[in-house]
Amino acid sequence: MNRRPVFLMSVLAFGFAFFYVPILSMIVFSFNNARLATVWGGFSTKWYAKLFANDQVLDAAWLSVRIALTSATVATILGTMAGIALARFRRFRGRTFFSGLVTAPLIMPEVITGISTLIFFILISNLLEAAFGWKTQRGFTTITLAHITFSLTFVTAIIQSRLRDADIAVEEAAMDLGSRPWQVMKDITLPIISPAILSGWLLAFTISLDDVVITSFTTGPGSTTLPILIWSKVKLGVTPDINALATITVCVVGLGVIIAGILLNRAERRRDLDAQMAYRANE
Amino acid sequence: MQAAAQAETVRASAVDPAPFIRIDGVSKYFGTFRAVENVSLEIRKGEIFALLGGSGCGKTTLLRMLAGFEEPTKGRIFIDGQDMTGVPAYDRPVNMMFQSYALFPHMSVEKNVGYGLKHERMTDARRKERVREMLELVQLSQFAHRKPHQISGGQRQRVALARALARQPKLLLLDEPLAALDKKLREHTQFELMDIQHKTGTTFIVVTHDQEEAMILSDRMAVMDKGEVKQVGSPTEVYEYPTNRFVAGFIGSINFAEASVVSVAGDLAQVEVPAFGGRMSARAVPGLAAGQALTLAVRPEKLTISRGRPDLPNAVQGVVSDVGYFGKDSLYKVRLPSGAVLTAHSANARRAAEAERVATWEDDVWLSFDPSAAILLTA
Amino acid sequence: MTEISAANTAPPKPRTARLRRWFHRRGWADLTIATPYVWLTIFFLLPFMIVTAMSFASRTPTSPPFSFGVDGSFLNFENFARLLEDDLYRRAFLISIRNAALATLLCLLIGYPMALGLTRVSRSARNVLLMLVILPFWTSFLLRVYAWMGLMGTNSWFNRLLTSIYNGLVPDDWAIRSIQMMHTNFAVVLVTVYSYLPFMILPLYANLEKLDLTLDEAAMDLGSRPFRVFLDVTLPLSIPGIIAGAMLVFIPACGELIIPGLVGNPSQPMIGRVISDEFASARDWPMASAVSVALLFLMVGPMMLYTHFEAKAQEKKAMEP
Repeated sequence: MNRRPVFLMSVLAFGFAFFYVPILSMIVFSFNNARLATVWGGFSTKWYAKLFANDQVLDAAWLSVRIALTSATVATILGTMAGIALARFRRFRGRTFFSGLVTAPLIMPEVITGISTLIFFILISNLLEAAFGWKTQRGFTTITLAHITFSLTFVTAIIQSRLRDADIAVEEAAMDLGSRPWQVMKDITLPIISPAILSGWLLAFTISLDDVVITSFTTGPGSTTLPILIWSKVKLGVTPDINALATITVCVVGLGVIIAGILLNRAERRRDLDAQMAYRANE
Repeated sequence: MQAAAQAETVRASAVDPAPFIRIDGVSKYFGTFRAVENVSLEIRKGEIFALLGGSGCGKTTLLRMLAGFEEPTKGRIFIDGQDMTGVPAYDRPVNMMFQSYALFPHMSVEKNVGYGLKHERMTDARRKERVREMLELVQLSQFAHRKPHQISGGQRQRVALARALARQPKLLLLDEPLAALDKKLREHTQFELMDIQHKTGTTFIVVTHDQEEAMILSDRMAVMDKGEVKQVGSPTEVYEYPTNRFVAGFIGSINFAEASVVSVAGDLAQVEVPAFGGRMSARAVPGLAAGQALTLAVRPEKLTISRGRPDLPNAVQGVVSDVGYFGKDSLYKVRLPSGAVLTAHSANARRAAEAERVATWEDDVWLSFDPSAAILLTA
Repeated sequence: MTEISAANTAPPKPRTARLRRWFHRRGWADLTIATPYVWLTIFFLLPFMIVTAMSFASRTPTSPPFSFGVDGSFLNFENFARLLEDDLYRRAFLISIRNAALATLLCLLIGYPMALGLTRVSRSARNVLLMLVILPFWTSFLLRVYAWMGLMGTNSWFNRLLTSIYNGLVPDDWAIRSIQMMHTNFAVVLVTVYSYLPFMILPLYANLEKLDLTLDEAAMDLGSRPFRVFLDVTLPLSIPGIIAGAMLVFIPACGELIIPGLVGNPSQPMIGRVISDEFASARDWPMASAVSVALLFLMVGPMMLYTHFEAKAQEKKAMEP
């Protein structure tokens, strides 16, 4: 069809401008020499220097990374289990309820998840103190537990959709060739979904690294993650060092996504080419 | 040839001989790929015209240019005297029955059939009436309120046909109309299509890769290869009088042998066929000269197989290397002393036990054919 | 030698053998189901049930600050009664719904043509553009909100640009010095659209990309002009994508805490703010719980029911021949 969708292309252009102008503006102003973050006062990299000299920021970043690594790993294991259970075990008691339980955190407003988790942790902590005299404090553990719960549902969604697309005949073939169900899972199913497991982990990692609302409810004194630190600073207004921090984040993430995208794209093109060659060879 | 032409006039009595659709030197290039190359065709009003060819031969591109989904790179298309250049699909007096049927999944059968009428100026009552008529024509009245996914494949095909015919197009394009149906249903539907065409009198252009479908359905057909039209003619002409090697080989099965002309006398030509180990006589084609190299072709069913030497000018001896029994006929592969293998079909007209058949493995047999059955191909 | 091989081939202790047999036959499957099941029950369902129960409790000056059956009856409906009576809650709900609905509508108006546009560009361009849609989603949510704070401030180049455009269009005596964008509902809607637009584009794109283009051709062949084709074919067939995208935007936008907290009008709190204020500032856990439960019933409930029935209908469709 050779009609030119002028309207669609203009909206597309507008949309991408909308997406990227604020980010670009933020990056430009991170190199601003002036104290005011919104008025240009010459080029400078001093805010980056200031940022790296700030122990508070580095500590918060390190805590965030530790929480994200732990919670992403546990969430991936649990989420993969749940995804396999929902996609491959056709019937078990409470299946409908289970599938509801897995999707509920996805559509639950974060405030409610945050509040209910906090109340739960407070009550548990009171209970522990009353029963064993064990004084507990919210921090790394509570944040990590909350992040695992929240992000495992995203992993489940990814695994489930990958398994739904996968050809079940491959697993049946393995079973036909003498594998026990458990071996089929280990030898066939898990290798097939390993890319999905990886992307699930990455998603869980970024969700944890990025979370403000749930963390703000489950954190305790002395446990300041990077988003919580930014949140408390940003509440006071726009400052150039946050611009610098934002620029670093955008660059790191952007590079990661672009590299991943190029690799995926190349793999896809490779596959297409191979398929074409095979087709030609058969002709 | 004459008999064939006579049959043709009888069959095409309802067809107006003046060209109704004129495809004039049309080419279509996608980048450097030449999908359609300089095609000129004239299609008459009220006929079923088939575009036959393998995948990638350009037949679908040609159809899409007629529908208005693609613009020709070169050349022009006229429908009923009107130049279609620059006329978008929605303004053409042409409708299409898609290979996938392209039924709107969110609309009922009735809504699908009536969709094209939304743009016609007519009263609601008339529109309803027309939908009813169309559904009756394809015998789907009782399914009017079903959604496409609630009816069978054959029924879907008929909805697609009714939808395309509802606007009373001057030309109906059918893209592989029977490809998605199973064999039994296909045979039945072929005749149904012809019947509906007869009732409505609409000009049909059918794109197909299935030669049998093209032979049964069409009044005339064009055989295409690599974007070019190789031959245009009635099914009989194309089958019995192919003008080139491609068409002869594409339609049905055939035995080819290299030959050279020895002499031409009136209606008959003597040709030397090394593979057959001697001279054969064949019906001459215009413009033959002694010494000219050409191809001799014989259809398997025109070869007679016998134990004894037949009293015919064209006879070759060989050994049966393979036998295939199909029930209604049998296939014999006969190896000649030159090493060439000829395929012969013979109808099993009599009931016979295995031992009573004409020939079996390793039998010495004679193959013979009438000079009129031999096709001389210069291209 | 014989002794060693005998020791090697000796059957393992009966208990571990039984355990291993159990694991291979049924156990691995049971564990796969039970582990996440138990986890979610403890860390998601249980807290949620506590909150639901707490919405029927009374606030008391104890620690923790609630108890059941203060005024005789075990279940206390007073929190819900206050929810209906007190203007604060009604207003917060209305503002939340209005802001979220507006943001959802704008996301749809921008996101739909963008998603449709993405299906019409070449495959290689499409991969790059899709990556560009997802890229902001991977960067910090907080920083995306922050980026707009920089743009909307009265001193920013963006605000000055808009101001001069406005001043150029209106008579001189209407001229203004700057546009008040920060701390308005407009800012909340704008930043919500910005933050959630990918959630609208991606499901829509996934839906539109799967649509059969021959349906468009068929409609065109039957006499419809391109816009008519869009109305008759593309739009109705993309309704599932529209609903999915709208839900992904509307629900979190309703309960949004960060965006109104940073760029919103403090005197017009949204429901998320009210919940967290009741909890933290007023230490009224039962009331915070009641507002949460009400939010779920009012907004999330209907949508969950819708998806449930939609899934049922899809299943039924798949069962038919």
